[in-house]
Amino acid sequence: MLGLVLTSLALPAGAELARGDMLAGSCAACHGPEGRSPGEIPAIAGIAPEDMARLLGAYRSGALEGTVMNRIARGFTDDEIAAIAAHFAALR
Amino acid sequence: MTATELTRRRLIGTALAAPLVLGRPAAAASGARVAVVGAGFAGASCARALRRIAPEIAVTLIEPEARIVTCPFSNLVIAGMAEIGSVSHGLDGLRAAGIEVIEDRAVGADPAGRTLALAGGGQVGFDRLVVAPGIDLRFDAIEGYDEAASAIMPHAWKAGAQTLILRDRLEAMPDGGTVAIVVPANPYRCPPGPYERASLIAHYLKARKPRSKLLVIDGKDSFSKQGLFLDGWAELYGPLVEWIPVSQAGSLLAVDPAKGEIVTEFSRFVADVANIIPPQRAGALAHTLGLAGEGGWCSVDPVSFESILVPGVHVLGDAIVAGAMPKSGFAASSQGKACAHALVALLGGQGPQAPSFINTCYSLVGPEYGISVADVFRVGGSGKIEAVEGAGGTSPRGAAPEVRRDEARYARGWYASITTDIWG
Repeated sequence: MLGLVLTSLALPAGAELARGDMLAGSCAACHGPEGRSPGEIPAIAGIAPEDMARLLGAYRSGALEGTVMNRIARGFTDDEIAAIAAHFAALR
Repeated sequence: MTATELTRRRLIGTALAAPLVLGRPAAAASGARVAVVGAGFAGASCARALRRIAPEIAVTLIEPEARIVTCPFSNLVIAGMAEIGSVSHGLDGLRAAGIEVIEDRAVGADPAGRTLALAGGGQVGFDRLVVAPGIDLRFDAIEGYDEAASAIMPHAWKAGAQTLILRDRLEAMPDGGTVAIVVPANPYRCPPGPYERASLIAHYLKARKPRSKLLVIDGKDSFSKQGLFLDGWAELYGPLVEWIPVSQAGSLLAVDPAKGEIVTEFSRFVADVANIIPPQRAGALAHTLGLAGEGGWCSVDPVSFESILVPGVHVLGDAIVAGAMPKSGFAASSQGKACAHALVALLGGQGPQAPSFINTCYSLVGPEYGISVADVFRVGGSGKIEAVEGAGGTSPRGAAPEVRRDEARYARGWYASITTDIWG
């Protein structure tokens, strides 16, 4: 986990946040604008980055069973998950 | 908390201490103007993302309709499960986001002179132009199926008045009638859409006109989420729905609206209510601006969405060939946001970073029976948008009813979220 965060910090903070914003752009389609869901799908804004990384990792490995999230999480690397986690944590 | 966790928290805290100012030279993009044509899923997502990530860029959005009526969830309106107002979205949310919205139709552009011409006589200047024209229905492809015929045999593939014609014709049909949905060959807008429509019309018929019959006359031998749809139809509707693949009846040749006739290579059908979904091409403006190539669709750079035919003009959504990405509202929105990031980089004199996209398409097989397909996409070594291997896929076959109920709930949740994200 620490390695994961350090990797993501290897990029300048601004570029890394832009990357997180780009990667997280599609999340809003289900989880609402900036992760604030108006409907039936859980909101994800403000989740602590370590919790988000753990959740996405568990969906990816299959340790946690969802509906679409297993299929989606498998499409992202550790590094990308860290960038997404940082993005939503910043929207606290 | 362990020392490692403390370190980690501090590191993350440091990274997040800066406000969400993105990695770009703000001064270089300052004063830049982007014009976006089309306030659908792609265009409005792009305009809104631009305002959010680069507020110093002036964004003008050109859209002739005061309200966007979405194709997603319009099948519920057809089946009497929702009102048209619930799938209609005004443009005030976009105005509130700082976008200049002009209610007019773009009729031409001078990419070299960087101006867009409007039907009302006005002009809009731009540094970069984004065109999200959606689709046009090909009224030249099927004998007898022109725009006038679509008043009797609606396509309902652009939501709005057409949606209501199909709904009203279903309501007026007596019990024991035959409904036919004619589905085109690929590519077309919303690959699973015709089958969701079949499902919800079947739901309506089963409840209200149970002696009726629904024929799905397909231009293909396989379709999106096929196993899941066929399982669901067998489970919920039995023999009420009949799917007829192209290998059985052949391709659609002609229709006769006055007689309700549908003529294929090997068969002739008569329907009381016929829904003809014709072949499609990129929306008219794509052709006017010379953006469309062979087959009637637009080819673009998969990172920046800049047209390969007209430099400085970016094309999004259902109008483009996007590799493995389907023509869906979700995909269009994902492209719109990625394009916004690319525009900010380009206007700042930088190269755009490699994008990543998601598409999740929910379909309702019944009101409490949802299924989905989800994929993650990137630009692959081929230089095309490819689905990430090992990720993605459809809902499992044979799943418990609770899983279908959850996905039906999530389908509604998706619609609430994406429409709030784009037009809210």
